[in-house]
Amino acid sequence: MDNGRIDQIIDKHHGEASSLIQVLLEIQSENHWLPKEALEKVSEKLHVPLTRIQHIATFYKAFSLVPKGRHEIHICVGTACHVRGATRVLDTVQDLTGIRPGETDLDLKFSLETVNCLGCCALGPVMEVDGKTHGKMAPVKTADVLKNYE
Amino acid sequence: MSEILLQIDGKEVRAKEGMTVLEAARSAGITIPTLCHHEKLEPFGGCRLCIVEVEVRGWTNLVVSCVYPVANHLIVRTRSEKVDRIRKMILELLMAHAPDAFELLELAKEYGADRNRFEKEASFCIHCGLCVRYCAEVKKKNAVGFVDRGIRKEISFIPEIASRECWNCKECFPLCPTEALQAAFVLTKALYSPPPSSQSASGE
Amino acid sequence: MLRINSPAELEKFRKGILSKRDPNKPCITLCSGSACHASGSGDVAASLEAEIEKQGLSAEVDIRRTGCHGFCERGPIIVIHPEEICYFQIEPKDVPDIISQTIKEKKVIERLLYTDPDTREKIIHESEIPFYKNQKRLVFGSNGSIDPKSIDDYLAIGGYSALAKALSEMSADQVLGEVKKSNLRGRGGGGFPAGRKWEGSRNAPEPVKYVIVNADEGDPGAYMDRALLEGNPHAILEGLTIGAYAIGSHEGYIYVRQEYPLAVENVNIAIRQAEAYGFLGKNILGSGFDFKVIVHQGAGAFVCGESTALMTALEGRAGEPRPKYVRSNIVGLWGRPSVLNNVETWANVPLIINKGADWFTQFGTEGSKGTKIFSLVGKITNTGLVEVPMGTPLKDIIYKIGGGIPGGKRFKAVQTGGPSGGCIPEDLLDLEVGFDELTQAGSMMGSGGMIVMDEETCMVDVSRYFIDFLTDESCGKCVPCREGLRQMLKILTRITEGKGKEGDIELLEEISETAKDAALCALGKSAPNPFLSTLRYFRDEYEAHIREKRCPALSCKELIAYHIDPARCQACMICLKKCPAEAIVGGKNRIHVVDQKKCTKCGTCFEACPPRFAAVKKISGEPVPSPIPEAERTIIRKSKEK
Repeated sequence: MDNGRIDQIIDKHHGEASSLIQVLLEIQSENHWLPKEALEKVSEKLHVPLTRIQHIATFYKAFSLVPKGRHEIHICVGTACHVRGATRVLDTVQDLTGIRPGETDLDLKFSLETVNCLGCCALGPVMEVDGKTHGKMAPVKTADVLKNYE
Repeated sequence: MSEILLQIDGKEVRAKEGMTVLEAARSAGITIPTLCHHEKLEPFGGCRLCIVEVEVRGWTNLVVSCVYPVANHLIVRTRSEKVDRIRKMILELLMAHAPDAFELLELAKEYGADRNRFEKEASFCIHCGLCVRYCAEVKKKNAVGFVDRGIRKEISFIPEIASRECWNCKECFPLCPTEALQAAFVLTKALYSPPPSSQSASGE
Repeated sequence: MLRINSPAELEKFRKGILSKRDPNKPCITLCSGSACHASGSGDVAASLEAEIEKQGLSAEVDIRRTGCHGFCERGPIIVIHPEEICYFQIEPKDVPDIISQTIKEKKVIERLLYTDPDTREKIIHESEIPFYKNQKRLVFGSNGSIDPKSIDDYLAIGGYSALAKALSEMSADQVLGEVKKSNLRGRGGGGFPAGRKWEGSRNAPEPVKYVIVNADEGDPGAYMDRALLEGNPHAILEGLTIGAYAIGSHEGYIYVRQEYPLAVENVNIAIRQAEAYGFLGKNILGSGFDFKVIVHQGAGAFVCGESTALMTALEGRAGEPRPKYVRSNIVGLWGRPSVLNNVETWANVPLIINKGADWFTQFGTEGSKGTKIFSLVGKITNTGLVEVPMGTPLKDIIYKIGGGIPGGKRFKAVQTGGPSGGCIPEDLLDLEVGFDELTQAGSMMGSGGMIVMDEETCMVDVSRYFIDFLTDESCGKCVPCREGLRQMLKILTRITEGKGKEGDIELLEEISETAKDAALCALGKSAPNPFLSTLRYFRDEYEAHIREKRCPALSCKELIAYHIDPARCQACMICLKKCPAEAIVGGKNRIHVVDQKKCTKCGTCFEACPPRFAAVKKISGEPVPSPIPEAERTIIRKSKEK
């Protein structure tokens, strides 16, 4: 991500330190991760210590300090989905992809995350891939869904 | 600033408006144990060891004295069965991380805390925040900070800043109750500037 | 773009909108809330538009994409006005019939109607369906009538009349007085009287004050704030502006989870429209009152739902809560008086101003006035969002509205209040929902999540689940929460794995006491609640796990085993083929046996075995019977021919 774009995002928020999180959200959204250079740039322009940015970038789940895979898998582990068996779905997806929540596989194909409630409780257990919701999941259905992704 | 009159452990204490109960107690020579408190730093309220009972208008509450403001007619009890039980548990929880830390051992004797109550944890750090806050508020270098949250929270040095500032400073070292800080610093230093002879892939 | 400069102009404009709308013109409302969207309502919408165009009806039929209707189990949902015909689970392939038969020929399509499970009758009209009939949808009801992206729709149902009334006919004190009189209590979790909170801010000497909408709905299983914000954002804006007027604030914030992109989008659109029409900005409706609203997105932290943590996040920091010794309505955002209220709380304000506190207080109980929206989810037939008056018995919500437990299973408990709440068992189902009633039973109202659990839910696992959630979401600053939960999680996990020991329960209780008394914020203080309430009502389950290494609900993976009863197995090979771990040994006419070493306890075989055989058994607390010898596994079938 070029520095010019980062400057634009910061200027849009009037260079205010309080919009730090909003600035980082935009960079994350466009770039899919937060490279160290971007954090240093933000620290410099917003006059915020790098330790604070580092804390924020690791405190909030929306941010990633490492590149994400081409396809993001989100498994809902909210209470309603949990009660309907989300743990078994998660276990099976872990076995299929070889990664655990928070990780990305070595081919940068899949990133796996757990989320707490996507608000589709009627469809639980829910698995979301690249924003597309797959409802009423069961361990045996996960392989069929994932094999469609390159 | 107006004067406040309160009672701590049965003793009349004069304090100024804006003081905390901890400051008032210390001014009157009454000891309340602390771990994350330091005169040069803003109160943190993280360790909860300074917890005391306060009674105001007939209601008793448990509050942390390093942050709670003094008020007129406040009745404070720095020791009670409840307070002691809480301090004992806090110490036992912390000693899962640092069972041999001097300060913790001393306090454990006072409160009957068992250093082996809980299974040992891998990290020494008890998150008093003294190193982070000292570097931010006193030295204003921000070389070390917190990362992550919950049970994954840790302290972390920014290698570029640390390599510049820390060698000649190290003022946070004696502050650390459990020597975790030194371990973190040494580790970071090693990662940042590997010895020129080895071609290892550590660090960036 | 026209700007409305006075209440009189507003009424004139509203009449103008209504005069252009024919109430008898056919209108197809399609629920486009997030859940229905996930079920495919987007495709249905596209099909509707295409079909209407194809049949040349574009001028005669309106389509309105609305927010969530609440009956999420049966989405996508269509309601056809003016007849109020309600169709469920619509797919694009149903669309041609809907247009030809229902719109053109006014004929009802039976297969798309709701069937009453008891009487087996088909019900045509939305308001007669038991799910809706037994609710009182004062706040949520508007969702079905408006397109959230259209401010004119909101005006058509009377929107912004409360704001006009407050600004032109009432003083700030009178508005505050009305809200106090209504006894409106916070709908986000704390249940603190809103009027009292507002009064504290109003009386604080600092002149710059803030009002904040807490839309960081973090309780898993609760999504009513999402539905409100997505479906009726103007109601929240109106309530917020009225509140700002009451306390003397000119700047408001809406903190929305970034996990709710549709809510962020719709609220931003609503703000732009409100600004264009003059309901936000300078000199609103000619009253001289200025107010602006800024949207901030959350970044994925449950703890930011706590009011002081939210304010810290608004300041651009990590969301660590602050001690509440000086309340945040006096010293809040940037150290200034800040009124923070939940989405649903703000949405109630226009109603209270329009219809008066006396009207509002006729609903609910003595201590809990008005209605509450609950998200009824989990092991329940009619999953969705329900709004009932406070004081409604839990059993009515679960059975009359919720339709009871699916699959013929037995009700076990209903969990309310999210990770800060607790479980209510069967013998307390007569409990009338209300803030104090739920707290006394060991739970709490929280944001309104109601997770129904049946006989297959392990209550020890439930408390482990919530503690696990909180170890991740805790900010980590204070010892009782961070370290206390760390140890509680370890102990509870051991118990669910069959490694519990005597003394574990007592140790958990001790840690719980420390967390409740000494934690910094409400997250830590209420963290032990799920454990304490399940221990109170289901102690026998804990003891079974610890002493007998048995999970009574047959749920904890390490404590159960799947076993095929050789007397019942008919070697149909269904489970064998479906097993993801290839752990079933057998063949045609060879009785199947589960290889316990390979079995991952996923439960697929249990669900796959045909009910008429019911050969797969789940057992716990007893050793798995040894497999019968190979020689005895052949099934000899009697030949069908002679």
